[in-house]
Parts: sequence; structure tokens; C-alpha cells
Amino acid sequence: MFDTLAGRFTDILAGIRGRGRIDEKDVAEASRQIRLALLEADVNFKVVKEIVADVKSLALGESVLKSLTPGQQVVKVLRDELARVMGESAVPLRIGKRPDVIILAGLQGCGKTTAAAKLALYLRREGKKTLLVAADTYRPAAQDQLVSLGAELGVDVWRGEPGQTAVDIASAAVQAESATPHDVVIVDTAGRLHIDDELMREIVALKTAVTPGHILFVADAMIGQDAVNQASAFDDALDFDGVILTKLDGDARGGAALSIKQVTGKPIMFVSTGEKPQDFEVFHPDRMAARILGMGDVISLIERAESAVDESEARALAEKLEREAFTLDDFLSQLEQISKMGGLNDMISMLPSHMLPKELRGAEVEESGLGRTKAIIQSMTSQERQTPRLIDGSRRARIARGSGTTVTEVNGLLKQFEAMRKMVKSAQGKSKKRGWPAGFPG
Amino acid sequence: MSVVPAGGWLNRVRGAMAKTRASIAAPVNKVLGRGVFDESTWDELEEVLISADMGLPAALEIIEHLRRESLRHPPADSAELKTMLQAAIAAELVPAQTLSDDGNSSLTVILLVGVNGTGKTTTAGKLARRFADAGGTVIIAAADTFRAAAIEQVAVWAARTGAYLVKHTRGGDSAAVAYDAAAAATARGADYLIIDTAGRLQTKTPLMEELKKVKGVIERELPEARLLSWLVMDATTGQNGVAQASAFADRIGLDGLILTKLDGTAKGGIVVAVARATGLPVVMLGTGETETDLVDFDSDDFAAALLD
Repeated sequence: MFDTLAGRFTDILAGIRGRGRIDEKDVAEASRQIRLALLEADVNFKVVKEIVADVKSLALGESVLKSLTPGQQVVKVLRDELARVMGESAVPLRIGKRPDVIILAGLQGCGKTTAAAKLALYLRREGKKTLLVAADTYRPAAQDQLVSLGAELGVDVWRGEPGQTAVDIASAAVQAESATPHDVVIVDTAGRLHIDDELMREIVALKTAVTPGHILFVADAMIGQDAVNQASAFDDALDFDGVILTKLDGDARGGAALSIKQVTGKPIMFVSTGEKPQDFEVFHPDRMAARILGMGDVISLIERAESAVDESEARALAEKLEREAFTLDDFLSQLEQISKMGGLNDMISMLPSHMLPKELRGAEVEESGLGRTKAIIQSMTSQERQTPRLIDGSRRARIARGSGTTVTEVNGLLKQFEAMRKMVKSAQGKSKKRGWPAGFPG
Repeated sequence: MSVVPAGGWLNRVRGAMAKTRASIAAPVNKVLGRGVFDESTWDELEEVLISADMGLPAALEIIEHLRRESLRHPPADSAELKTMLQAAIAAELVPAQTLSDDGNSSLTVILLVGVNGTGKTTTAGKLARRFADAGGTVIIAAADTFRAAAIEQVAVWAARTGAYLVKHTRGGDSAAVAYDAAAAATARGADYLIIDTAGRLQTKTPLMEELKKVKGVIERELPEARLLSWLVMDATTGQNGVAQASAFADRIGLDGLILTKLDGTAKGGIVVAVARATGLPVVMLGTGETETDLVDFDSDDFAAALLD
């Protein structure tokens, strides 16, 4: 997410970072390019103006120009400004007394229903039991969608009777809550245009009827300049508490994230980052600002590693490496952890760009290679996985057939694995004590 | 077969957009209303175009063109400058072929593709309504086997419009749905086959491959049919729309664009950026919640409606 913007900023700042002297002309040129990059990222043009003006005046300030590393200082000014616009630090969703009602509101197709299910799953990880309420009475089969998502994820879903209005359904669900034990009730509403007076009245009535603890505005990360109109109108009508930004897993520039906070003053609380139900995270503006500027987001990467990797497993692996008993089975489980952590591309995007080889910056790595490697290992017997040197010519042919790959690919993998083992050995020779960080592929 | 009544859709765009607030008329009028044309006029007009999601490169190009034109033929008044702006915007767009530019094929297959939540299923329903009203035999294929209840949603539309429905179960193979739909279209002698596919972000390689397979099945099974692959894009889309159009065009090949949800405050200026980058024509506009809110696109009408 935000990769394109990150790529642009990396280029712009490469020219200025590390410079011992900068003058007004340098700042003016950088400002011009920053404006272009932000507009291309769909940041609202008024917000762009503000950001550029702020950065310009701060960058031309005495403290920057007279510092020993003015280039670095300009980068810092921009980072701070982006973080400020997006809202400094993460704003947590605090669940209040039971049942805490959360209403999700937004335009058609912004991903409310999916976000409702993902939020329920997130809350479950936080130890909260959730009821999903299907209050979209307009879109055909919208209620079915929530019911089937709920069934898949093991989350309770309340659906209304035919003919009931959204207000009827949600009120009944909340009333029934005195009897059933849910900590949170999430109300999924119909998508509505912010200028559709009738539907906007409906959602205001819904708010009055169920007195929610939180109203979250769901916004598609791909929206352009209209983001601020939509957000402002919903905020005027509902005074929402925060924003869920969806579909951030594409190459959306995410300018909406910067604009909505700046214009409504309401924080981005969550981002939805993938097709899988667990692809849903708390939004950290400070980390995101660093990421946009190509400084990476190592903290989030480590957190993700922690949640994807079992600590005792990681320790066992480290020991195996120590004893040089690392097998193809271990290699396979490492590959699986990479996908659990969001895949290679996602992990690469979280590393500081200057740490990456040029070809990896902003590029999409073909992840299907991982799948083929997995298939090859899965086509081996457990004996072969433990003792790869058993794998002779005829076994290689069998494995290639079984995995739908070629003997050349099988050879390649075995060679790679051998090289990796050697590398581990030599790395251990160099620093016996340090071991391997958890969750990183060997 | 022609489904477009001659002249019947004329001015619908203008009407549809006038009904909404999807116009940049007010800020343009404000800039031009001052009656003084100087550097800041151009800067402000550029901002207006950017605020409509046309993107900076297109906005710069349009303004540059306008600036040169107005040096050569100084406009008499702001009305004339506005007409010049309108023409400059329309010139950026690619003229659409309408459905009536029919070849000889008796079957037209429409493959609807796009990112998540742009309104593919609703558009499929509106297209079915339109073809059915024109007396055609219509089949809708529910090839979105991924999203929960997507099939049920298509089924509702099929029932509403009297179209035949071809469906499998959720989690099934969308190419297999396409295969069965192709067989059904042949068996029933259908005039139109509308294929609703799952929303997918253009960066997801495996999902794009899946779509290629669906298209491949149609090309193989219905070689005589006229196949139109249309990208459905939400009018609120920002500059990511360019990436969407380019990626779908590269990976599966596109014949045009349907711009939806033009009944909001979004101006849909992204089609200008998309046309500039990909040369793709806009085919139709989705302009509202009712079944008939789908109108043919016309560059001049669109540019005029933007400024009206």
C-alpha cells in the first residue's frame, strides 16, 4: 500500500537527502515535485496546497538550512508533516460497556460488509464476542452475504424479516442483546450516496434508535478528489468517530487517508489490506508516513512476524540451524510463514527502500515461484525431505511430475537448498550467538 | 440487432448529470466570471480540472492547449472561453462505439470486469434490462464465484429482468461457469450473454490469470460471437483508475469502459486521464439507482454536462 507514492518520494528525496547544502532553488524544485506526487496520489488539492506550503516554509527555516545535514532535515520535515496530516499516532477503538454498538456507514461498493466481518474477526482476536447485524435492506442479497460470511468465520449474524426497515432490524437486534451475550454489535448498513437525502435521513434515524458507541465511516482507498466531499457529508450527518480505509492491497495511492483526516479531523482507525478475512489492521499514521517516504515500516513487519510465528517453533528452528539439522520440511514451513505474513511483496514494501536492491524498489515480485517451490517439496516423501541426497534422477523425475514442474526446477531447488545450508553454516561461523530472527526465511 | 433507439438516449447524459451535482460548472464560472484572464485564471482552472480527477498531466495539457488557443484567437468573453474548454476536454476523450455499431454476429457477449465494488453486478442487471426491453434473449452468467452471496445477487437481477441465469456454487471455477454459459447461449440462441465476474484488484496476478481463462473459454467456445470486454469503473475513482485500466487492458484486453455511480458528487474526470493513458473509449454511464439508469456515452455531451 502507498507504494507508488513511496516510490515517487524516494526519487525526489534521493536528490536532496544527504546534501550538505541546500538553497531556495532546491527547496522550490522539491516542493514542485512533492505537489505532483501528492496530486497523483489523489490527495485533495486543497490539502496538497497546505502540505506543500508548510513543508516549504519549514524547510527554508533557519534550523534546517543551518543544520549539518539539511537534506536529512527536509526529509524529516516532510515525514513529520505527513504524519501530522494523517494524525500522528494510532487511535485505538475502545470498546465500552456491553453491548457496544458500532455502525458502519459509507457509499456503495466501499466494502462495508467485508469490513464488518473483518472487524468482527479483529475484535475476536481482542477477546470480544461480536454480533453482526445485516441492516442493508436495499442491495439484493446483501443480507445473505453477511450471513454467509458470518457462518464461515463463526461469527453470529442477526438478519431481519422481509419488510423490516434497517432501523427495525438494528433496534430489534440491540434489544435482544440484553439476553444474548455479545460484547459488540456491528451494524452493517446499505451503501448510500452522501447526497441521497432520504437514505441519509434513514441512517441518522438508525443512529438515534440504537445509540451507537461508535460510528465508523468506511472509505475505499481508491477514491479520488471526491473523498473529502463524501467524508464531510457523512461527518456532518453522523459525526462519525473514525474511518476504515479499504482495498489498500492494490496499488492505491491512498491519498484519501491524508485528505479525510485533514478535512474532517477524524482519525483513520483501521485499514483493510487483503482478500483474506484477517487482512485488517490498526492504522499507524507515523509508521505509514515513514513508509511513504521509503523509510520502511520495520515495526509493523516485526509485529506481523510475531503474530504469524509461534515462538517455540522459531526457537526449535534456531536450534536446528545450530545443529545443522535444517531440512526441506523446515524450509517448507518457512515458506508457509511468509505467506502467513502477507507474502513477499507486502514484506518487501515494509522495508526501507534504501535497504533494497534497485530491482526490488516498487517492483512486484512474482510470488507464484513460492507456490511452485512448495509444490515441489510437497511432492517429496518425508524421507526425501529429511535426506535430500537420496533424491536421484528417477526420484527427481517423479517429483517433477507430481508437482507439475520440471526436473530443472527440482534441480534448482535442491541446489538452492544446499547453498542455503552452506550459507547458514558460514553465517553461524561468523556470529555464533546471534541466531536467526524469528520468522525470516533461512 | 440494434438495441439503441435512434436518438432516444440523446441528452440523457446531460439530464442525468444535471440531476446530480457532478459538474464543475460552479468553480469554472467563478474563475471565468471575474472577466479578467491572467496567470491565476489558468492556475485556478487547472485546479478545477484536478478536483474533477482528470489528473495533473491531462489538466496541464488541457490548460496549455487552452492558453495557446486563446493567444491565437482571444475569446470575446468568458462564455467563449468556456466553450473552448469544453471542446478541449471532449478532445481528450475517445469517441465510443455504441452497441448499434453491430457487426454480423447474432450473439453479443459482454464480459464485465473491474476492481471490487465498482458496480459490476448492478451494471449486469441494468444491461439485462436494456437488452430485454429491446426484445433480446438474454443470459446472465454468475461468474463471480468468490464474493459471498454474489450469485444470489445476480439471481435477483435475472428474475427481475427475465434473463436466463447460468450459475454454479460459490467457490466454483468461474471459467466453468463461462463454459456452461456459452453452451446455454448456443442452445437457446441467445442475443446477449452478460458475464458478471468477481471484483479483483489489478495487482493480483493469479486473479487476473483466472479472468484471462474466462475470456479464453468464451473465445474458444463462441468464436463467431462478438465479444466485448468492458471495465466497470466507479466515478469516484482517483488516479488509480489509470493503473486499473492499463492493467486490465494489458492482461485481458479491453474494448471499453463503463463509468458507474455518476449520480454522486464525483465528476468522473478519471475517464479523461484513462483515455489519455490507454486510448480506451467510454461506452456507457451508470447514472442512478433505477434499472434504466444506464445511458450511452457521448464525449461532447459529457464535456458539456461537466460544465453546464
